Amino acid sequence: MTIQTKKQSPYRRETIRGQRAIVASFVKLNPRLMVRNPVMFVVEVGSVLTTVLWIQALLGQGEAPTGFIGAIALWLWFTVLFANFSEAVAEGRGKAQAESLRKARQDTPAKKLRGNATDVQNALSKTEVVSSTALRKKDLYLVEAGDILPADGEIEAGIASVDESAVTGESAPVVREAGGDRSAVTGGTRLLSDWLIIRVSADPGEGFLDRMISMVEGSKRQKTPNEIALNILLAGFTIIFLVVCATLLPYSLYSVSAAGKGTAITITVLVALLVCLIPTTIGGLLSAIGIAGMDRMIQRNVIAMSGRAVEAAGDVDVLLLDKTGTITLGNRQAVEFIPVNGVDVKDLAEAAQLASLADETPEGRSIVVLAKEKFGLRGRSMGSSDDAPEGMHFVPFTAQTRMSGVNFDGTTIRKGAPDTMIEMIQSSNNGVPFDLKPAVDNIARMGGTPLVVARNNRALGVIHLKDIVKGGIKERFAQLRKMGIKTVMITGDNPLTAAAIAAEAGVDDFLAQATPEAKLKLIREHQMGGKLVAMTGDGTNDAPALAQADVAVAMNTGTQPAREAANMIDLDSNPTKLIEIVEIGKQLLMTRGALTTFSIANDVAKYFAIIPAAFASTYPVLNMLNFMRLATPESAILSAVIFNALIIIALIPLALRGVPYRAVGAAQLLRDNLLIYGLGGLIAPFIGIKVIDMLLVALHLV
Amino acid sequence: MNLYSWVQIIFYLVVLLALAKPLGSFMAKVYQGERTFLDHVLGPVERFIYRLSGVKPEEDMNWKTYAMAVMLFNALGLLTVYVLQRLQAVLPLNPQGLGAITPDSSWNTAVSFASNTNWQGYGGETTMSYLTQMFGMTVQNFVSAATGMAVLVALIRGIVRTPPSSPHFQKSKIGGQRGIGNFWLDLTRTTLYILLPLSLVVSLALVSQGVVQTFSPYKTVALLQPTTDANGNIVAEQVLAVGPAASQIAIKQLGTNGGGFFNVNSAHPFENSTPFSNFLEMLSILLIPAALCYAFGKMVGDTRQGWTILITMTIIFVAFMSLAIWAEQSGNPSFTSMGVDQAQTNINPGGNMEGKEMRFGVANSALWATATTAASNGSVNSMHDSFMPLGGLVPLFMIQLGEIIFGGAGSGLYGMLAFVIVAVFISGLMVGRTPEYLGKKIEAYEMKMASIMLLIPILLAKVGTAIAVVTVAGLATIWNTGGPHGFSEVLYAFSSAANNNGSAFAGLGANNPFYNTALGICMFFARYWLIVPALAIAGSLVQKKKVPASGGTLPTHTPLFIAWLIGVIMIVGALSFIPALALGPIVEHLMVFGS
Repeated sequence: MTIQTKKQSPYRRETIRGQRAIVASFVKLNPRLMVRNPVMFVVEVGSVLTTVLWIQALLGQGEAPTGFIGAIALWLWFTVLFANFSEAVAEGRGKAQAESLRKARQDTPAKKLRGNATDVQNALSKTEVVSSTALRKKDLYLVEAGDILPADGEIEAGIASVDESAVTGESAPVVREAGGDRSAVTGGTRLLSDWLIIRVSADPGEGFLDRMISMVEGSKRQKTPNEIALNILLAGFTIIFLVVCATLLPYSLYSVSAAGKGTAITITVLVALLVCLIPTTIGGLLSAIGIAGMDRMIQRNVIAMSGRAVEAAGDVDVLLLDKTGTITLGNRQAVEFIPVNGVDVKDLAEAAQLASLADETPEGRSIVVLAKEKFGLRGRSMGSSDDAPEGMHFVPFTAQTRMSGVNFDGTTIRKGAPDTMIEMIQSSNNGVPFDLKPAVDNIARMGGTPLVVARNNRALGVIHLKDIVKGGIKERFAQLRKMGIKTVMITGDNPLTAAAIAAEAGVDDFLAQATPEAKLKLIREHQMGGKLVAMTGDGTNDAPALAQADVAVAMNTGTQPAREAANMIDLDSNPTKLIEIVEIGKQLLMTRGALTTFSIANDVAKYFAIIPAAFASTYPVLNMLNFMRLATPESAILSAVIFNALIIIALIPLALRGVPYRAVGAAQLLRDNLLIYGLGGLIAPFIGIKVIDMLLVALHLV
Repeated sequence: MNLYSWVQIIFYLVVLLALAKPLGSFMAKVYQGERTFLDHVLGPVERFIYRLSGVKPEEDMNWKTYAMAVMLFNALGLLTVYVLQRLQAVLPLNPQGLGAITPDSSWNTAVSFASNTNWQGYGGETTMSYLTQMFGMTVQNFVSAATGMAVLVALIRGIVRTPPSSPHFQKSKIGGQRGIGNFWLDLTRTTLYILLPLSLVVSLALVSQGVVQTFSPYKTVALLQPTTDANGNIVAEQVLAVGPAASQIAIKQLGTNGGGFFNVNSAHPFENSTPFSNFLEMLSILLIPAALCYAFGKMVGDTRQGWTILITMTIIFVAFMSLAIWAEQSGNPSFTSMGVDQAQTNINPGGNMEGKEMRFGVANSALWATATTAASNGSVNSMHDSFMPLGGLVPLFMIQLGEIIFGGAGSGLYGMLAFVIVAVFISGLMVGRTPEYLGKKIEAYEMKMASIMLLIPILLAKVGTAIAVVTVAGLATIWNTGGPHGFSEVLYAFSSAANNNGSAFAGLGANNPFYNTALGICMFFARYWLIVPALAIAGSLVQKKKVPASGGTLPTHTPLFIAWLIGVIMIVGALSFIPALALGPIVEHLMVFGS
């Protein structure tokens, strides 16, 4: 997200952010906050306990050398602080973004309307200026060029260009108008031209910007389902290790009396052992991982409405992708004229060009251009029907007629969808040429869109409009298939056309002649089979399907209902981003799994460090297990505790960045991650503890 | 170790794994209500039982009803065994006129047999009447095993079945459709179609080998070589304890019970007479747990899943068995200094023979010790207390792993499935998806229950041992003072009770109010606090839709998953018990072999 904050050197900004995170690490020591994280709470209790033991030692009643207890206590506090620091750093990034968003949301004067109005003159007489906080749902307000929009809403009347950079970071203005799919506006954005009358869609504090702020700040962060399950497992491990350490005291007492020598294990060593064993690495980094996951979404300009949605993205089995704009370039291009019934191809091209002269759509333009390029034909005029040459009257496309064309000199030329055109030809009792249908079908089979051209209700031929599949999209789908995700193309085209494009783009399935109902039905069917469905949408008619989908991404340019129904909003309005969203979701889960494995695997080495040291006085022979050859029992225990604390700091970057996801099968992912984090987790602490021990000895600290 | 020993062990494993498939598919048929070759004979009996008891076979239970039925039935069994012991003096079939048993011992034994632990604080031939043995012990041997298997099958149904709204929904052939089965049906069918026929075959085979089966009183026989007792009196005759042993021993082995008819269990020649009876009894220990793995695969519609678990179990089993055999075969340095020849030669198999039957030797003793503790059987043919420190560590650690390497009849596999759930959860996260096992999502509720299943036995064993080694009552009967061995004995006793194994390290006076009560509590909670969460998982899973497998789904039948599962089991087991083991067998080993 490219939100401008006050001009500062990047270095200074980082320093301030770092200072804030350090302060926050101490604030978070509050036990009422700590108790939410059972693993780190245990560490904090251990820190307090060892500190008390240290004070006792200072008073001359120590169970072990004062310096040793003090050092353990200090490093246990560091362990807690490091964990808090990781969380604070993750939150800090969101906080900076939230601050600049908040600036955009400041109170602004609003021109509230008393009663209805449909144009600016009418409206101006009815306005009263109030604070933006006084606006409530259903109120109407007026904005004019230069005004900041005081609240979210739907445009009732007017068309205007809006600077939405406060929300999207995109400086190019966008056009917003009443009706259609571009009627939603966001509070905090600025009107650049014209005027709008807007109906408020959110009460103060509940607007889009407010929700965004609370999301990026993480203030509303709730634990996600997988996070809860993982927390239960970690709590289970913590209980096991609590019991292991607590029972070690009686075992040690018995062993001392049975062996007849040595002293029982000290509370300090037991606490140190406990903190080393409980999964502090993952426990300390867990919330940072979650916040960082949300943050990665934001960096890609996607606002997730909940952490649950981000997590669900990793589970997606089926992606519903709109054909236009996602799989193909937004516009179709004319590539061929196919005459029928012996008509001259040039005749057809000329008729097609005439019919398309006023057609401003990319398809229409491409017909004109094709005719010009192939046959050197120049339209007699270009432009809309208003300034057409004498006698030339253009008929625009409407949803009812499903055709467009031109009337001049008593001649009518029409082009349109084959079925409506054929119907028109038949209704005027003109025969349908025998080769029309085959030509139409042939184009459809090749994935093209046929447009039939007729003059005076007689068929001349067919225009072949072709969808251009985006480059590289086929490889993308192959990757998704490897990830186990099925892609379904959604299109309004007929099944033949859809099948051809589906084959060309390499999607697994398609839904042709898709209606909102058909989309909804398709999603339900997949969900009944236990699959998770993701889709993008922008129109109001997408809203039901968006609400039904497990991961629903609305385009920021979309309508208010679509944005309400979705659980993520893509500020760039780029439908291809769904694929990235899935990867971020998977990364989030993988990071948690990998660090859990790492954390537990670490314990093996810590046992080899601590157990021989803890019972050295009772059973000196156990020192044979000290194959790391750690210098003294004290240095061994201290090294393990220091390693345990430092590893949290060392892994903060990984927690924030996430374990990289590669689109390979699950089996290979598991193998790679087990090698890195499982085997690595076994080996790393042996090396780390030994190095710390050597340092401690070299610095004469033990 | 000579070639002959290896051949025996390999033969044992081959026969075991070869039988897993046919027996497993038969069991799957029994549990899925399909026709089997026993239907002609047993079908009418089954229907008669339902009519007599008023069980409605078509009724399907939800997990709470199922759990309630399990609890009620087990409480009734517990009570029966208790009352039988307390009243045996006035009841028939007591030719030796054995008296009533103390309340604490009766409680201990009642829990022990109801919970499929079969820890024995008593000596059978000097304590229990024939009536108590048959109507108390033998009945519980059957139904406690059947209870474990029923719970397992209910859990499998939870995995297999889907809610009626799901396209994968299939109306089950027996029982209704929404629940996880009918406990009374599962109990009856397990006992009738699986346990009884198998026991019949094994009992007859054992009788053919000379294992006793009689109602006659103990026999007095003249000694071939009269001897003198401690007071110098001539002893010319001996009382030979006999009884209806073979029938109880068959189910004791098959049902992973392990409670011997005689005090020395299967080291007794009347309980285990020949190498063949020894082989058969060892085979019976692991037969049902192994076959259940295959049945599991069959029932979930993917036998690879069953093989995966069976292979995981076998690998861990073979590794630890090899350690035990190596430790025992290496002999005891203290004996060497006493001039005992422990070297292996052509005429001397060598090794540490203390506490072992000459008939069985090192290999078969170590194999039995590993098998009986891998499964929650607990019968012995040698004394584990006399094993070398590492040889003794093997059975101790097998128990501490949670009785999931084969484990108890049914209970072993549902315990293993709790580990699978944890393994699937962590590895599922590592591949970036909400973890799922066999199409069912593993979420917070399943994690909670699986964690409880892992936690309870560890908690009970550790806390129980801790209490015993610092209280006067607990310390009073530790005979082995002055070293780590006494600690190992207490740790073994509580591990055994807290995992429903029932074998003893011995050397510990356990038949007293403190140990009877404490171990009884351990056995009780270890059994029922695992059954309830296992059924809760079943109840939760049965309501979940099946997620069809895709390329993003973690395959749970690959060598990689086996390695990962072994890793999770070993790490959880090692992390929980290494500190305790370090103060017991590990330090003892270092003391014996150190320097």
